[in-house]
Amino acid sequence: MSSTAAVSRPANWQEWIRDHVFLGMSSRDYLKSLWTPADVIIGLILLAGIPVIIYRFVAGLGAVTNLDQTTPWGLWIGLDVASGVALAAGGYTVACTVYIFGQKKYSPIVRPAVLTGMLGYLLVVLGLLVDLGMPWHLPYPLFLHFGTTSVMFELAWCVALYFCVLIFEFLPAVLEWAGLRKVRLYLAKFTIGAIIAGVMLSTLHQSSLGSLFLLVPDKLHPLWYSPFLPFFFFLSSIAAGIGMVIFESSLSHKAFHDQIKKGRPVDLDGITVGLSKGGALVLFAYFFLKVQGVVAGGSWHLLGTKMGALFLTEMLGFILLPSLLFAFAAHFYKPGLARFAAILTVLGIVLNRINVSWLALNWDAPNRYVPSGYEILTSLTIIAIGVAAFRWIVNRMPVLVEHPDYKGIH
Amino acid sequence: MELTRRTLFRIAGAASAGAAASALAPAAQAALRARPDAKGVLVDTTLCVGCRTCEAACAEANKLPEPERPGDDTIFETRRETGPDSFTVVNKSPKKSPSGDDRFGKKQCLHCIEPACASACAVNALEKTPDGPVTYKANRCLGCRYCMVACPFEIPKYEYAKTVPTVRKCTFCAERQKEGKPPACAENCPMGALTFGKRDELIEEAKKRIYQNPDKYVHRVYGEEEAGGTSWLYISDVPFESLALKTRVQNSSYPARVEGALSTVPWVMTLWPPLLAGLYTFTNRKDAVQSEEETHE
Repeated sequence: MSSTAAVSRPANWQEWIRDHVFLGMSSRDYLKSLWTPADVIIGLILLAGIPVIIYRFVAGLGAVTNLDQTTPWGLWIGLDVASGVALAAGGYTVACTVYIFGQKKYSPIVRPAVLTGMLGYLLVVLGLLVDLGMPWHLPYPLFLHFGTTSVMFELAWCVALYFCVLIFEFLPAVLEWAGLRKVRLYLAKFTIGAIIAGVMLSTLHQSSLGSLFLLVPDKLHPLWYSPFLPFFFFLSSIAAGIGMVIFESSLSHKAFHDQIKKGRPVDLDGITVGLSKGGALVLFAYFFLKVQGVVAGGSWHLLGTKMGALFLTEMLGFILLPSLLFAFAAHFYKPGLARFAAILTVLGIVLNRINVSWLALNWDAPNRYVPSGYEILTSLTIIAIGVAAFRWIVNRMPVLVEHPDYKGIH
Repeated sequence: MELTRRTLFRIAGAASAGAAASALAPAAQAALRARPDAKGVLVDTTLCVGCRTCEAACAEANKLPEPERPGDDTIFETRRETGPDSFTVVNKSPKKSPSGDDRFGKKQCLHCIEPACASACAVNALEKTPDGPVTYKANRCLGCRYCMVACPFEIPKYEYAKTVPTVRKCTFCAERQKEGKPPACAENCPMGALTFGKRDELIEEAKKRIYQNPDKYVHRVYGEEEAGGTSWLYISDVPFESLALKTRVQNSSYPARVEGALSTVPWVMTLWPPLLAGLYTFTNRKDAVQSEEETHE
């Protein structure tokens, strides 16, 4: 490395806080700088949502949710937990592409992908905490009682370990921000090990999320129930990861334009088009495998029903269509089209997770669950916490642009 | 980072330790199975008159609120499910017996031999005891409600209204059974419709009754095959679904459906790390050779 003298040391801790936390502003100026539409919207959601979350713990699940005895899992599990895990898959997908497959051209998006992944899992944990009846027992499957016959047990372990891996993978950005150079350089030795562990743990728990539903052959609609569920969930998590990375990077490059301008130029269009090649392949394989599921389940005749229409919407509109659009975008170099396909992909995975854990589960029950306003507000609050954390971190730590003192270190 | 042989060994070592840990899973799976002399109850629905004494006895034994509208037959107008405060309910069949009598179905936990709920529990809060009952330990329950999703009979119920909610269901009076007593419902049935005994012998008894009255009974013991077998067994002279018993269930073990997926865990843990590490070394070596060749040109 060129010079260690380049690392600037602040005179005292007040100055350090002003530079690193308040972005070099006085606290009054900093508060004023928060008067932006995005911050105000996030603030309003938190202001309305946090009391609801408190109320949920005081008055119980029944007071805020529409969950009932036939629908024990609702919006929080379908959106915040099941979809959250899939949409956080960008972390392992991109890290594997860059470090294991050696596709260095994607290295500028590793950190934002890892950050999105880490915050994604934070939201999953928050979603679980509000949904669990006794969340204070959450450490039990890890340390006290081992339900080894349960997919839920395996999930608990993998998600907990992978969350640690993601924090570790993101630690370099935090250490560069904090100016802890020696620790940062020491930790670089463990990068590959962490990434391998991350890919392994993701393979396990992304598929396990699908395995959860192997236990409900009678309750899950035949169009969604399949012995291939773990494969569906794993494959679609890669697609979700790719879709999320394209979507998130295009948003970030608009929202944090001033920051990115100062850094080394990044060919985001090239990266987007490159990713869409992967997206097209994975989505097509996923589509094909889902068709196999219908063939193996002998459920062709159900395609004409109301649930069949929902299934076809998911299959054609949100798997096959984005797959073809990705292929088109990759072939004719159309980054804009790739971004549209990415949004379709992300929506499609959310639709799939909601279908499996909610709409197609107990599909013929007499009273169907519809989430309450409080449930929707709680989900929004959890997402808002994630967006706020993302903005806070990206504005301070070297995520979208390289730290000038640490160029070329991985 | 350079990947040395030692690191590779270290990764492989960690992976196989993990694999060994998860190899415990099949052993635990076997523990789910009940002993051959495990207890059961045979419900002969042709003897039940719908007096709901079992409901009252259950409520008393489990310190639950008294069943609603005791002795009032209008309660049979709607089909009832068990609830957090009612572990057993009696429903009236819309179909009368061939002899023109009313028929009733008692609903409670069937105490599967291989319960989906217990296999789904991440903390073994729900457990299949060797004697037959599927019991619940609230003090370790997470409240994830996967047991409710998993149960094909929709038996576990949740206390949504409580701040500290627990899962509620029939315990097969496990505590009473330990004292050598039969379950409260079986002990108090005035019609002798509920026979408590060893499951194996009850199946023989059920089949004997069917063989001796082939024109009367449906030729099937409900619970012999359902969900791979349940501790509670039913015989009837009206279709089982009209007794409000779930008939859209598999005739095989539910936990067995997940065994395959769970058994791949040690494989992924053992194979992925060396595979990925190898791939990494390969791509990096390719890059190194390429850059070396470029500098030589």
